[in-house]
Amino acid sequence: MLQFLDPLLIVVLALNFVALGVSRIRAVIHAVAFQGMVLGFFPLFVHHDLGLRGLLLIFATVGLKGFVIPRYLLDAMREAEIQHEVSPIVGFASSLLLGALGTGLALLFSNTLPLAAEHADLLLVPASFATVWTGFLMLTTRKKAIMQVLGYLVLENGVFLFGFLLLEAMPALVEVGVLLDLFTGVFVMGIIIHHISREFSSTSTEHLTELKE
Amino acid sequence: MVYALILFPLAMAAASVALPSNRWRPWLLPLGGLVYLGIALPTISSSEAGSAVTGFGGWLLLDALGKVVLGFLAVLFCTCSLYVPAYLAARADRPNRVFCATMFVSLATMTLVTLSHHLGLTWVAMEATTLATAPWIYFNHNPRSLEATWKYLMIGSVGIALALLGSFFLAYASVKAGLESTLLFDQLVREAPQLSGPWLHAAFVLLVIGYGTKMGLAPLHSWKPDAYGEAPGVVGALLAGGVTTVAFLAILRVYQICRAGAEAEFARKVFIVMGLLSIAVAAVFVARQRDFKRMLAYSSVEHVGILVLGIGIGGAAVYGALLHVLNNGFTKGVLFLSAGNIHRAYGSKRTDDVSGALRRVPFSGALFLAGFLAITGSPPFGPFVSEFTIADAAFGSGQVLAGGLFLAFLGIVFVGMGATVLAVVQGVPSARADENGYRENAGTIVPVLLFMAFVAVLGVCVPAPLNSLLRQAAALLEGQS
Repeated sequence: MLQFLDPLLIVVLALNFVALGVSRIRAVIHAVAFQGMVLGFFPLFVHHDLGLRGLLLIFATVGLKGFVIPRYLLDAMREAEIQHEVSPIVGFASSLLLGALGTGLALLFSNTLPLAAEHADLLLVPASFATVWTGFLMLTTRKKAIMQVLGYLVLENGVFLFGFLLLEAMPALVEVGVLLDLFTGVFVMGIIIHHISREFSSTSTEHLTELKE
Repeated sequence: MVYALILFPLAMAAASVALPSNRWRPWLLPLGGLVYLGIALPTISSSEAGSAVTGFGGWLLLDALGKVVLGFLAVLFCTCSLYVPAYLAARADRPNRVFCATMFVSLATMTLVTLSHHLGLTWVAMEATTLATAPWIYFNHNPRSLEATWKYLMIGSVGIALALLGSFFLAYASVKAGLESTLLFDQLVREAPQLSGPWLHAAFVLLVIGYGTKMGLAPLHSWKPDAYGEAPGVVGALLAGGVTTVAFLAILRVYQICRAGAEAEFARKVFIVMGLLSIAVAAVFVARQRDFKRMLAYSSVEHVGILVLGIGIGGAAVYGALLHVLNNGFTKGVLFLSAGNIHRAYGSKRTDDVSGALRRVPFSGALFLAGFLAITGSPPFGPFVSEFTIADAAFGSGQVLAGGLFLAFLGIVFVGMGATVLAVVQGVPSARADENGYRENAGTIVPVLLFMAFVAVLGVCVPAPLNSLLRQAAALLEGQS
């Protein structure tokens, strides 16, 4: 069943580059939301019989990653009057180049991994590592707090991808817990962003440099 | 009973949200802390015979290791909660609804970590603990605390995302070995010898990075001085005692699996290197530290280093490390709470403005000084016993280099911390400090005295039931259960 995922995984990888390359925050939010939604539908292709629980979980994941979190981030942007430009530390071209480099290395690296025979030719593992790498890039090379939250979401999407190799290890209850943590995390980060913008009239983390030795 | 340990704090959190009075709400904390202690201690002692308390189809299980952490957590939280009403009365200007509610929520999530025998659940509970504790750090609502909270949230969340990847790797180690993929702790320990070596190896690295970030091990500690420095003293006590300890427990769970597999040697090497590095980093940054709360944060980096160092050395040092969980936590209670009092009395936490604490706030000043002597390993206090046990085990087992470096770094920390602490307590208070209306009262002193009493008792003798529990837990970690 897993091999049907490859076209979708290419979409996920392409969205990584969109998130790295576009200059408006709104577009990044949409890209990350779309990536989350695509991931949310994955269980349809992985599990043979989903049952009501599985369907509810898909519903919850797609709803949360595709609608609730992006809606919340867009609202936070409007309320905090965040400027639309991403304003990266590392330019877009360099970001894309680094992203491509990471994706290539992830593909090479996955070939050397001792994967189980049934997973050896899947795109799932390299896609997972490439997405984690993209998340790290966004976290470290973007100044605005909201972009760092989006980087965290992409990073989490990457980890989530690896989880599809493990059908039984994560029972539905734990999955719900992970989703709940993700939502609460973004919620708390949103509140802090609101306070940052009120305190400094900007949401750039450049202002957060007072604490050091 | 196991469920009550989690549901009761959650109910108290709901009560904190519902109660409208900013003045009376803080009193829920001592009430909740005492009742929680009343539930936790019988739960721990009732299953003394070895029959573990279980629930939830094996997902929740209270073994000897869990009992040590749970009992410690209950005493720590209860004593800290006694301090909260007097502290919040002095901060009547600030709304405390979120503060009180998240105290209880984090108590529930930390309890869940101690009980969890499912690594997925452990992860969910650890992440929930990070999120529940973030509002504490922002309690003061100023730019500095905002910066500290943001760093705490981002670094903590990224670290813990890596821990999730590590947990998946661990489950994949069983898939690769042709077993059913699982994150149930006991099943993983049983199947550890068959697990795929490379995946177990990678999982260990990621999990140590992830939970090590929460613990504040060097070089993953960068959030710690900021968070502990900007948060109220009582929060520092709970973070340095409680949150680091449950993260340590999560690392110990991973270690148990590695030990049952073939990764014990590698894991112990990592622990020794990270432990010594943490103590060394603390030794460097504690020296000439002008902010005494940041100094305590570096002391916390040092002591989480000592915890993993003890596990890495093995043998009798494992017992020492588990005992050090209690000693470190209670001494940090003394230090952070008395430092909080001094901070309030002077309106500053920098040694440029603070001197003569022994005159200005005699009790807090004296307790701060005594806490410093205790945490740096001076006899007759508890940390001396546990640190001595670890050093003795290192030399006894021929790990002379680790033991020698350990003692040398401890000496440097003593000198470095001593300079700052003496600058705070000695001398004459400035005129500005005398004008500050702060007065010490029973509410802010008695909890600190209680912590000091625990540290002193543990230095003289470890009570027999605790001792046997610690031995059982150490045996679990050494794989001799």
